[in-house]
Amino acid sequence: MFYYLALAAILFSIGLFGVLTRRNVIGILMSLELMFNAANINFVTFNKFIVTDGLTGQIFAIFIIVVAAAEATVGLAIVLLIYRNWRGIDMDHVRIMKW
Amino acid sequence: MTKYAFLIPLWPLFAFVMIVLFLRWKEKVSAGLSIATIVISWVMSVGVLIETFARHGAPYEAYYTFLSFTSFHLEIGILIDALATMMLMVVTTVGACIVIYSVGYMHGDPRFSRFFAYMSLFLFSMLGLVVANNFFMIFIFWELVGLTSYLLIGFWFEKKSASDACKKAFITTRTGDLGFLIGLFMIGTYIGTFNYGGVFDTVVSGAIPSGIVTAIAIFIFCGAVGKSAQFPLHVWLPDAMEGPTPVSALIHAATMVAAGVYLVARSMNIFAASADASLVVAIIGVITSFMAASIGLVQIDIKRILAYSTISQLGYMIMALGLYGYDTAHHYHSAGYAAGTFHLMTHACFKGLLFLGAGSVIHAVHTNDIREMGGLTRKMKITTLTFIIASLSISGIFPMSGFWSKDEIIAATAHHPVFLILTLAIAFMTAFYMFRLCFLTFFGEPRDQDRFDHAHESPGIMTWPLMILAFLSVFVGWVGIPWLDHGFPSFVYHGEPHHTEPSWLLMSISTIIALSGIGLAYLMYYKKSISAEKVGDTFRPIYNLLFNKYYFDEIYQEVIINPIMSFARYTWTFDARVIDGAVNGTGWLTILWSDIHQWFDTWIIDGAVNGVAWLVGQWSNLLRFLQNGKVQFYALFIATFAVLLGLIKVEIAAPTYDWPRMTVIFLAGLLLLSLVSRAITARERTRQNAKQENKL
Amino acid sequence: MDQPQVGLVFWILSFVMLVSAFMVVSLKNIFHCALFLILCLFSVAGIFILLGAEFLAAAQVLIYIGAVSVLIIFAIMLTSNLASKKITQTNENAVVSFFVCFIFALTTLLLIGNTRVWHYAAQGAVKDNTLNLGRYLMTEFMLPFEVVSVLLLAAMIGAIVLARKDKS
Repeated sequence: MFYYLALAAILFSIGLFGVLTRRNVIGILMSLELMFNAANINFVTFNKFIVTDGLTGQIFAIFIIVVAAAEATVGLAIVLLIYRNWRGIDMDHVRIMKW
Repeated sequence: MTKYAFLIPLWPLFAFVMIVLFLRWKEKVSAGLSIATIVISWVMSVGVLIETFARHGAPYEAYYTFLSFTSFHLEIGILIDALATMMLMVVTTVGACIVIYSVGYMHGDPRFSRFFAYMSLFLFSMLGLVVANNFFMIFIFWELVGLTSYLLIGFWFEKKSASDACKKAFITTRTGDLGFLIGLFMIGTYIGTFNYGGVFDTVVSGAIPSGIVTAIAIFIFCGAVGKSAQFPLHVWLPDAMEGPTPVSALIHAATMVAAGVYLVARSMNIFAASADASLVVAIIGVITSFMAASIGLVQIDIKRILAYSTISQLGYMIMALGLYGYDTAHHYHSAGYAAGTFHLMTHACFKGLLFLGAGSVIHAVHTNDIREMGGLTRKMKITTLTFIIASLSISGIFPMSGFWSKDEIIAATAHHPVFLILTLAIAFMTAFYMFRLCFLTFFGEPRDQDRFDHAHESPGIMTWPLMILAFLSVFVGWVGIPWLDHGFPSFVYHGEPHHTEPSWLLMSISTIIALSGIGLAYLMYYKKSISAEKVGDTFRPIYNLLFNKYYFDEIYQEVIINPIMSFARYTWTFDARVIDGAVNGTGWLTILWSDIHQWFDTWIIDGAVNGVAWLVGQWSNLLRFLQNGKVQFYALFIATFAVLLGLIKVEIAAPTYDWPRMTVIFLAGLLLLSLVSRAITARERTRQNAKQENKL
Repeated sequence: MDQPQVGLVFWILSFVMLVSAFMVVSLKNIFHCALFLILCLFSVAGIFILLGAEFLAAAQVLIYIGAVSVLIIFAIMLTSNLASKKITQTNENAVVSFFVCFIFALTTLLLIGNTRVWHYAAQGAVKDNTLNLGRYLMTEFMLPFEVVSVLLLAAMIGAIVLARKDKS
């Protein structure tokens, strides 16, 4: 089980790196998907090895997938809007939260 | 009548109260009231005299104790004996004459009624003093007499010399009164009663140590020194001549100054118990007498000459009484008591007359300076005649009153050679200066023609008192003729009645001396065969000393007055500086304090507030780069701190995990380091962007 | 219980996953990133099969790869400037966040590794995964199931509203 968890951890950190680093908004979204998947692996691993009573982990993973999909949808719609308004999706120039 | 003797002082008091309250503008009524009251008192005094004579001078005492303490009590009462009776007669008679005289003298003065009010008040005080039966009461009236003297001397207070003189009189007599007061305190402490009888009984019985008795006697004598103008407190009497002449006559010749002599006579029991005190009294008396007579030789103001004459005659009386006390202490009954009191009586008459006569002259020629007079006998017959009679009396020419009383005094000094010689010398000087005055004023050629032309005899109201007093000056002394069995000394005596032995030797010597004095004056000032100027030039230093009154006033001014004034000025400056300094200092301190507060407020309190703001500013200056609006930047911080939290959790829950602590700390440190570096780079990036934007 | 062993398939799958993941976060060309994302997601599905969650694997492929990734590619097509390939895709956070993520991974690995006690449960017989999943969905997890449906509806409507061209 350790290896599965380790895998999930590394995948998560790679996704985290991407979220913090990528300039392209869609890049951030893709890294976010990576993080979701890491979490899914974790859930299923725990379901198989620790909490084998029921399929709670897998169900949770299903719901994560669904929600991730919905979130990706809306997020990309927003990206389209950004693109329309600012002619570019460089996160560096997005400083709206400054004041 | 003696029962009602307490009324005698009260009649003039009634006049005083009435005039003060109601009669300010009714001049005739005030004068009339004053005269009426003093005449009533005179009548009552005559009655008292008859009664006292009937019981051979035995004392009558009546008193009322109004305040009582455990150690002593205060009473108010009268003591009528021969001495008091004699004084009553003197005061009322001379007083009546002078009050009548002053109606004429003060005519036209704007404060006419006030003068009579003061005169009545004075007569009340003097009569009260005379009938008092205890030391406390006499002291009260003593002070009252001093007060009225002050008021009367300074009657014309617009003149600076008059106001200065009344102040001087009051202060000088007050100095003597201080001694009197100390004597009173000692009496109260050691004897416990102020009553004359009680005091004298205690002293005579020897219950008081002799040192205390001497001290009491000397202190009481201090009062007499002040009031009777003895050396060294004689300086006020010549200046007191600034007052109106009736005042000088009544107060400073006949009565008030005699109060000191009366006091010594009254207290003779105390003086008789102490030879030392009596000797002091006698010495002071003779010094005063000699000094004053010598000064009187060269004075040029008519009233001044009479003033120094008064001092000299008072010295005689004091000396006589002092010698009597000394003799009695040595168990020898001398003539001094009788002499002193007898001379008091006669002196009142002729000195009063002299002053009234002088007043008459001044009224006529409007000057006091005898150098501007002369030849007035042609214009003022009555004045001249009465004045000459008085001068003969004071010089001691047979058969005037002064002859008999002066003889008594010389007899009193018979056993004391030094005193005798001095007394005779004084008698010579007295005769000389009195007749010098007479010759210069009334005889010879008028030196100031203008004044002479305007001179005229005084009106009747002024000349009648002169004549009455002249009559008295001649005949009143005849009660003391030595050959009389029931003469003066057997009436007014101390201890036992004194029988004077007539001494032809002494009588002749005194007559010769008096005549020679008159003769010398005649030669120098009438015949002008001896030139006064040559004598003056020959003895120029002595002349200057005498003319300047032995420089007493100057000495007192330098030694006493100036130091006191400078001390007073010093304390005033000190006081003003300290107080002003305190006030200003308080103000200055307050300002200083508020300045400190202001500084404190501005720098420290405001500084703290501003400092906090500044700190916040600086801090935020550091940290504002952290808010660059970039979400990924914020997310980095979140992630970092999440990991850090995890590490902390690991650290806390150390037993569960097998991690070495160093690893944790190392990792945490790396995290923080990376975070800080990221923050700094963010700051630099922002600064560069800002610069670029500025440049753009 | 002994720690279960992992076979060769696992290693291959994990290698592919991690490499492609790294590619996703670092390539300049965002289209290539999307393609590598698809590869990564495929390998995740493989892991799922290894763990005995077949339905989940299928669902992963269908939804993630079939829908989400395609959507992402659509978005990339619509928005990116394919001309600007030279610009670096990483912003200034790169170094620090590398550190942070490295430490994070390290921490987590060490945590997992040093955990002494894993309560391994008994490995029962392999049940019918899909059937049971469906049964659970309809009984125990009915509510989340319905809610998630509504959520999807909302997301759809929202996306349409947001992405609609303005009439003005």
